[in-house]
Amino acid sequence: MNNKEALIPKLGIITDIRDETPDVKTFSVTALNGGVVFPHMPGQCAMLSIPGVGEAMFSICSSPTNKEFMEYSIKKAGVLTDWLHLAEIGQQITVRGPYGNAFPVEDDLKGKDILFIAGGIGLAPLRSVINYVRDHRENYGEVDIVYGARSADDLVFRKEIENEWDSKNGVKVHLTIDREQEGWDGNVGFVPGFVKSLKFTPDRTTLVCGPPIMIKFVLKTLEEMGFDSTKIYTTMELRMKCGIGKCGRCNIGSKYVCKDGPVFRCDDLAKLPDEY
Amino acid sequence: MLKLPVSKMDELFSLINSERTLYMPLEKNSEICFDKWSSDASIRLDKLNTVKSPKDFFFPASENIAAFKTKGKEIIMDDIRSEIEPFALFGVRACDAESFNLLDLIFLNDKDFVDTFYESRRQNGIIITTACNEPEETCFCNVFNIDAANPGGDISTWIIDDTLYWNSLTKKGSGLTEKIKKMFEQADESEIADHQAKISGVINKLPFKDLSLDGFTGEALIEKFSSNQWEEICHTCLSCGTCTFICPTCHCYDIQDFDTGKEIHRIKCWDSCMYYDFTLMAHGNPRTSLLERFRQRYMHKLVYFPENNDGAYACVGCGRCVQKCPISMNIVKVAKALKYEGMK
Repeated sequence: MNNKEALIPKLGIITDIRDETPDVKTFSVTALNGGVVFPHMPGQCAMLSIPGVGEAMFSICSSPTNKEFMEYSIKKAGVLTDWLHLAEIGQQITVRGPYGNAFPVEDDLKGKDILFIAGGIGLAPLRSVINYVRDHRENYGEVDIVYGARSADDLVFRKEIENEWDSKNGVKVHLTIDREQEGWDGNVGFVPGFVKSLKFTPDRTTLVCGPPIMIKFVLKTLEEMGFDSTKIYTTMELRMKCGIGKCGRCNIGSKYVCKDGPVFRCDDLAKLPDEY
Repeated sequence: MLKLPVSKMDELFSLINSERTLYMPLEKNSEICFDKWSSDASIRLDKLNTVKSPKDFFFPASENIAAFKTKGKEIIMDDIRSEIEPFALFGVRACDAESFNLLDLIFLNDKDFVDTFYESRRQNGIIITTACNEPEETCFCNVFNIDAANPGGDISTWIIDDTLYWNSLTKKGSGLTEKIKKMFEQADESEIADHQAKISGVINKLPFKDLSLDGFTGEALIEKFSSNQWEEICHTCLSCGTCTFICPTCHCYDIQDFDTGKEIHRIKCWDSCMYYDFTLMAHGNPRTSLLERFRQRYMHKLVYFPENNDGAYACVGCGRCVQKCPISMNIVKVAKALKYEGMK
């Protein structure tokens, strides 16, 4: 990409808003004249802003195969996200990107049996990959998705998971919630333990995203199960302002999450200082 | 090489100023800073370090990069980029001149993302350096292979007794020289040799001249990061950020929106890794402690920057942090403490 005006955004418009959970909404965004604001690859991010409110980095959770609009699943967590949660369809926003690397969907993931492990809003960046894989199903082997949240109400993309991510298309979904809940007949327990109980073979290529603490425990579990860290990928998030590795705040050691990440292979991540 | 009697320097400045706006170290309110030259300005070419480095001529402390108006759900974006007027900086020291080459690595050398705001200032600015007649005890530019007797930039100058010597180094420098050379006489490089030797003699006596940065490489990243020296050296730091603002190579920035009442300006402005909210996120902060923030600044300069930029350190040895830090902490002390740790 050659983006000489990297800090100057483009305009986009919110064309749809869906409630996912009590504090997560998915926003569909297009360019003012329709279509995606820019093309991207699964795992890449974009800077969204409301002028005067703030600008922040979000994972693009739609697949690049969707050429009509982009999607962002956003948890209400601060000034900008509170504002976005109050926004209505037709609201214009500024968008710049795409930033960062991507999951290696066209290289290392091709032809592999893939295991996705996500917690909470961490499913958002993986959704882009999952739907990319589903749209190019013949290029990949078995696909399992392990997804957990605090409660059944906190599971994002619930309708899509139930209606579209099914075994008919060779995608197996395994859901878990932290505590017993009325009306829930699925697994109860934390994600790392659930992964262990499902007895996946360690030849899987694994993509992990979730709260930092979940990622740390999942990586430990996978190591115990004999998984090779060169076949585990995760995606990181730190405070960002520029998105192009210059403003100086999202580094882990000498790597900038916005530019050298957000996707890291776990053996590479292990070589960096534990400051994230 | 050209030369001119010092008595004609005012005339020279006036001529340069008619070509492009001229800035140089001036005394105002008992502080010496780069400022706009005028015939009655109090010029202080004798002072080595200006309070702030002249980096803000290329990377301003704050700069509008976009403007927005909102109308209901609609956003109107204005292009507010202004033309940069041609300018010249006179009296830049060798260390500060080298800092621009380091900032170029950040803002220009990444072919995917060139900072066009910085780029247009760089293209329109001519850097005229002046050799340091008497480097101070806080100076250590020699550690970074910078020669105060032979400064870089577009044009180098030497003020020796009653004579100003002038030597163009770049195409931009020659372009300016061409327009003003009628004022000068020819000179020979041998005329400044004794003076340069004298400066080298002073440098050889400076207390930090032997500071060694051997071992500060990407391979030593985890070793330096995990050093038990950090706690000892950081604990008096006030997190005031003075070091980051006076440093010629610190380049971290923030982007903030400011509502002027008429429109919203998006501003790119200097920031400091010494502040708690630098990395604060809605879900936490990876650098909550003073130690982590202090370590980030020095690791960036001494390990991360060289790892990403072919071994170049993000320091030019100007000594401003040595002079200005309220608790007398500085990069020299940090480098020595970590070096000692590595040798244990």
